[in-house]
Amino acid sequence: MKIVVCIKQVPDTKGGVKFNPDGTLDRAAMLAIMNPDDKAGLEAALRIKDETGAEVTVLTMGLPKADDVLREALAMGADNAILVTDRVLGGADTWATSTTIAGALRNIDYDLIITGRQAIDGDTAQVGPQIAEHLGLPVISYAEEIKVEGDSVVVKRQYEDRYHEIKAKMPCLITALSELNVPRYMTPGGIFDAYEKEVTVWGRPDLKDVDDSNLGLKGSPTKIAKASDKVRKGAGEKVNLDPTESVSYLMDKLKEKHVI
Amino acid sequence: MDFTLDKKHEMARSLFKEFAETEVKPLAQEVDETEVFPRETVTKMQKYGFMGIPVPKEYGGQGCDPLTYVMCVEELSKVCGTTGVIVSAHTSLCVDPILTYGTEEQKQKYVRALATGEKLGAFALTEPGAGTDAQGAQTKAVLDGDEWVLNGSKCFITNGKEADVYIVIAITSVTEDKRGRKKKNFSAFIVDKGAPGFSFGTKEKKMGIRGSSTYELIFEDCRIPKENLLGPEGKGFPIAMHTLDGGRIGIAAQALGIAEGALERAIAYTKERKQFGRSIAQQQNTQFKIADMATRVEAAQLLVYKAAMAKATQKVYSVEAAKAKLFAAETAMAVTTEVVQLFGGYGYIREYDVERMMRDAKITEIYEGTSEVQRMVISGALLK
Repeated sequence: MKIVVCIKQVPDTKGGVKFNPDGTLDRAAMLAIMNPDDKAGLEAALRIKDETGAEVTVLTMGLPKADDVLREALAMGADNAILVTDRVLGGADTWATSTTIAGALRNIDYDLIITGRQAIDGDTAQVGPQIAEHLGLPVISYAEEIKVEGDSVVVKRQYEDRYHEIKAKMPCLITALSELNVPRYMTPGGIFDAYEKEVTVWGRPDLKDVDDSNLGLKGSPTKIAKASDKVRKGAGEKVNLDPTESVSYLMDKLKEKHVI
Repeated sequence: MDFTLDKKHEMARSLFKEFAETEVKPLAQEVDETEVFPRETVTKMQKYGFMGIPVPKEYGGQGCDPLTYVMCVEELSKVCGTTGVIVSAHTSLCVDPILTYGTEEQKQKYVRALATGEKLGAFALTEPGAGTDAQGAQTKAVLDGDEWVLNGSKCFITNGKEADVYIVIAITSVTEDKRGRKKKNFSAFIVDKGAPGFSFGTKEKKMGIRGSSTYELIFEDCRIPKENLLGPEGKGFPIAMHTLDGGRIGIAAQALGIAEGALERAIAYTKERKQFGRSIAQQQNTQFKIADMATRVEAAQLLVYKAAMAKATQKVYSVEAAKAKLFAAETAMAVTTEVVQLFGGYGYIREYDVERMMRDAKITEIYEGTSEVQRMVISGALLK
């Protein structure tokens, strides 16, 4: 069995978000980590590997320094790593990203593709399902449990007030939630081995069946008007009124703010 | 000369740091208060290969170098001195001598089990009457048929009751030199827990590293197989001394970690703590103290890393190890004492980690060769 896990290097938002003067993320000023949902997806793949001996390949699209997260994945136990990097792919939105990753995946054999639900920098949750669409694969999103049964996967899919148990024949794509598991640590020896291994590097010419008009900034229909950090809320206003008065007070406020 | 770490060492450090912060730090205070060996943490470290870092893969180890191992002890000790010494005593004092002096059979049997984390190791040299003066030792081993028979006791043994495999140094003969002076000849042995006649005595109640299991070992007609002699008969003393050279690098890393941990807390605390309307970090007294401590800590780190590199590339590294341990241990004591002072009354209260760190630091000036012994080793090499 062959599993491909798509991972992304993202800025660590724990220490706060920093912006360039033009409103884009100042990635250089923030520590870079493996996106948490992707890491859970990788752990799920590695658990399948522990049970069945599956081969796990990790793939990322990004700057050359995204090599770091691939090495981390190798140190956790992934077998192969692919970095898709090219200047012409820069500035990609979800559409251009999923087009690129699908173009890379067309070069590889796989039974199962696992992506994180969403990245903590963009929070769109679009790339995984879009990759499946490009490749004509069934997609099961929001997986909180994954089991392999013969040539199928059985996935517990999180919903707002329930969960769905979905069975799909492979090949298919699953998007993973960080709640899926607690990812394993790397091992010291795994780290040393990871730096001995070769990471396959692909550029634009290696992408299969993709059109230039769907790649990079030029191929991105999304335009970002403005980006900002979370705005801190004020202390608010405390009132102590009886129930009837409270209701009319609230109604007045809601009307004042044009909520109702 | 390049003082930057390469990427794999950087990544290894980030692993140890993450593990220490997530798994070790939350338990450090409880481990100290209850004096209970952190078995769950050790099990996790065994799972992730922390107990066999500098051991070749062919013996079940991680195939890394002494520098990686030193960084592991350093990062663990930043948050918990107890956890740091458990790894250090196991790796430097038990795995390393078997790896260096063991037969192929001994390596396959013991190093593999110790490095993969199946078993925990300890080292027993010290006796009630023999600390720095090893000639004061009394524990004897006599060959009886296919077995060695050990009699005597060892004290202050780290990982004491929790270990599975022990390196024990015992007298195997007494000879006279030309002047008629008696000389005890030692040999090294590998003793398994559960060997007949091997039992545990008192558990020591300590000032610091209180979660580490420090016990007396008792050998009463303890019988072990003949093939458990480690290295040549009569070479136990040089084996023990060489083992301690490695051990001192581990303890130096522990001391370094304790000093770094205390300094980190001092930086955070002095920025928050306000007196006379401003943070104490804005007082020049604090600033100068922080600067002095940071300089000293970095100097200690360079000596410790240099000693680790010497262990990787040189056959003899006694002086490098002695300098690293001497300076790192005295740095740990000085820095933690200063940090407690910066914390004021809060530094004296157990709720704050720095009080524990000061107690943990003290032992690094004593075990695996006191600071005085390190000075003897360093000056001995210069004045011979």
